[in-house]
Amino acid sequence: MKVGLFIPCYIDQFYPQVGIATLELLEKLGCQVVYPTGQTCCGQPMANSGCERDAVAAYHHFVQLFHAFDHVVTPSGSCAYHVRNHYDIVEQTEEVKKIRDNVLDLSEFLLDILKVESLDSRFPYKVGLHQSCHGLRGLRLGQGSERALEKSSKLDTLLRMVDGIELVEPSRPDECCGFGGTFAINEPAISVKMGKDRIADHENKGVEVVTAGDMSCLMHLEGIIRRQKKKIKVKHIAEILNGTQP
Amino acid sequence: MKEHAQKAAEFIRNESRTDWHDEALWFVRSKRDKASHSIGEWEQLRELASQVKDNVLSNLDGYLEQFEANARRNGVQVHWAADAEEHNRIVYGILEKHQARNLVKSKSMLTEECHLNEYLIKRGIEVVDTDLGERIIQLKEEPPSHIVMPAIHLKKEEVGELFHEKLHTEKGASDPKYLTEAARQHLRQKFLAAGAAITGVNFAIAETGGVVVCTNEGNADMGVHLAPVQIHCMGIEKILPKAEHLGIFTRLLARSATGQPITIYTSHYHRPKAGGEMHIVIVDNGRTAQLGRAAFRNSLKCIRCGACMNTCPIYRRSGGHSYGYTIPGPIGSILTPGIDLKKYSGLPFASTLCGSCSDVCPVKIDIHEQLYRWRQIIAEEGHLPTDKRQSMKWAGRVLSKPAWYNVIGKLTRWAMMRLPRPFLYNRLNEWGKDRELPEPPKESFGEWYRKREKS
Ligand code: SF4
Repeated sequence: MKVGLFIPCYIDQFYPQVGIATLELLEKLGCQVVYPTGQTCCGQPMANSGCERDAVAAYHHFVQLFHAFDHVVTPSGSCAYHVRNHYDIVEQTEEVKKIRDNVLDLSEFLLDILKVESLDSRFPYKVGLHQSCHGLRGLRLGQGSERALEKSSKLDTLLRMVDGIELVEPSRPDECCGFGGTFAINEPAISVKMGKDRIADHENKGVEVVTAGDMSCLMHLEGIIRRQKKKIKVKHIAEILNGTQP
Repeated sequence: MKEHAQKAAEFIRNESRTDWHDEALWFVRSKRDKASHSIGEWEQLRELASQVKDNVLSNLDGYLEQFEANARRNGVQVHWAADAEEHNRIVYGILEKHQARNLVKSKSMLTEECHLNEYLIKRGIEVVDTDLGERIIQLKEEPPSHIVMPAIHLKKEEVGELFHEKLHTEKGASDPKYLTEAARQHLRQKFLAAGAAITGVNFAIAETGGVVVCTNEGNADMGVHLAPVQIHCMGIEKILPKAEHLGIFTRLLARSATGQPITIYTSHYHRPKAGGEMHIVIVDNGRTAQLGRAAFRNSLKCIRCGACMNTCPIYRRSGGHSYGYTIPGPIGSILTPGIDLKKYSGLPFASTLCGSCSDVCPVKIDIHEQLYRWRQIIAEEGHLPTDKRQSMKWAGRVLSKPAWYNVIGKLTRWAMMRLPRPFLYNRLNEWGKDRELPEPPKESFGEWYRKREKS
């Protein structure tokens, strides 16, 4: 199985360890992973700011790099969601259609394609799962608390395969962290307040490490944690599944 | 554009009050979760409601005519208003005809939308909002901050103070029971003196020509039964085809709004009472324009339950007044750009696109998708601030050219590592006001990968 690895721009530049963990994890699970060099960004930052026309060149670039793969895997529910949902403004060629079908968040790939049932990793910490919105409500990686459907979460399922982990649910199980892309700088006051509230919720439950399927949420939370010199840590789910210690 | 951000920042400055506001609304959202999750068919009900409304919106003209004909047959006088001004004029005309100087009102966001109160007061009519929340903000001379709980931004102590000043209750009294009773006594006189009563409309049934109003306090009934003239004001989108559809919506509405299985009163008005007059004013006020916008038309499915406000993490932390429109929150943010794109161009950006609103919405409006779509239109029509517009153009260029991207990425990381703190953290850096920037690594993933491939 030929797997293309897409590492979103901010992970590439600021959190290479998340990309490395994703790659190592996929290789450990027997995948032949190719990271096409020259990749940049899915185009979401422009599009969410209302400038999707300015993102079209990035869309084409993305399609051109990745369309040949059976699966394109990315450690970001948000970017996968963007490609699947918002690449609708470019001509729907076979390549575009194929890629919109084949881009998967890491958790989807592990559970739906590889059908992983166990993992060889250990993470003996109290972990709180932050349900990143685009993964949860966009890709339906689980059931949000709004809908009257049976509770489920792909991320939770995967974390439960990790040895020694103690999972704790915050009192508001899936409230947004307040990142929201450019929202974080357009409305900094409310963005930070939302982040503080999420952190406090996890802290109150004794969480040592907050994890999520999207590093962007964690970048925002970590920014607040470091400014306020708090002890609580953040780790992308790929790092925990790969057994990276804090 | 920046208006919501500024008002939100002001709101948050009082952090404990923000927390109180957030908790109060989260409590309502939680009650809604319990009430809705306790019936097995909740998601089917939402789907059904959404489909009924799809049908209504696709056949609105026919249903409205059917409704009008049936209402007239029942002896109701039906009026059509193209906009707020016409609506107000019609209502005033009815009052004039009957020499009604005192008006009681219940449950009408539409009259708020049309600014009916100001219009009538200017013309010497006494207008009294009779629902407790509405009465409170009317006495306080403030706009509503929520469509179901218009005074949710006020604490009971503040209401006590207001009532002490306006209704002469005891100073310092803040017991809700005592205050409610005081309001009730005060309103009783108003009800008895009223020459006309206005209510909003939750549902208008095409098949019967009747209107349905859902309330908890019973003021709609009280007003309608006591006053010789009753007026019901409704937006064109309030139509349901048949009475049998009502059950779907009453079940959804109360649970979504307050977590109750049903509102205390579900009042059906079909014809004037003996010796009385019944009027229905059907209002467009921008609704057909919205109906004509394919991507946004289903915002007209809204049944004004308020659930999207209660769930919105931004609304909860910025308050209804930060939106600057009668209908705030997520639904307000997709309705307002259709009314005045420039004026409300900031509202679709007052969201993280978390999608919680779309999932609580009892009629399945894709609110967050519409926020995204409005953003595109706002940018295209030139209502983004120039610096933002330019930075996105540049970002688009850089992010489609790997060589540029790599160089700029490297430079940025280098700068973040080397530059003294004041260069990085200053008033231009909105991110860094209360947050640290990420710690830049020595090499990007791409650089690491290329090295690994070589070795
Ligand atoms: S948009 Fe949906 S959730 Fe919001 S008020 Fe309308 S019906 Fe209720």
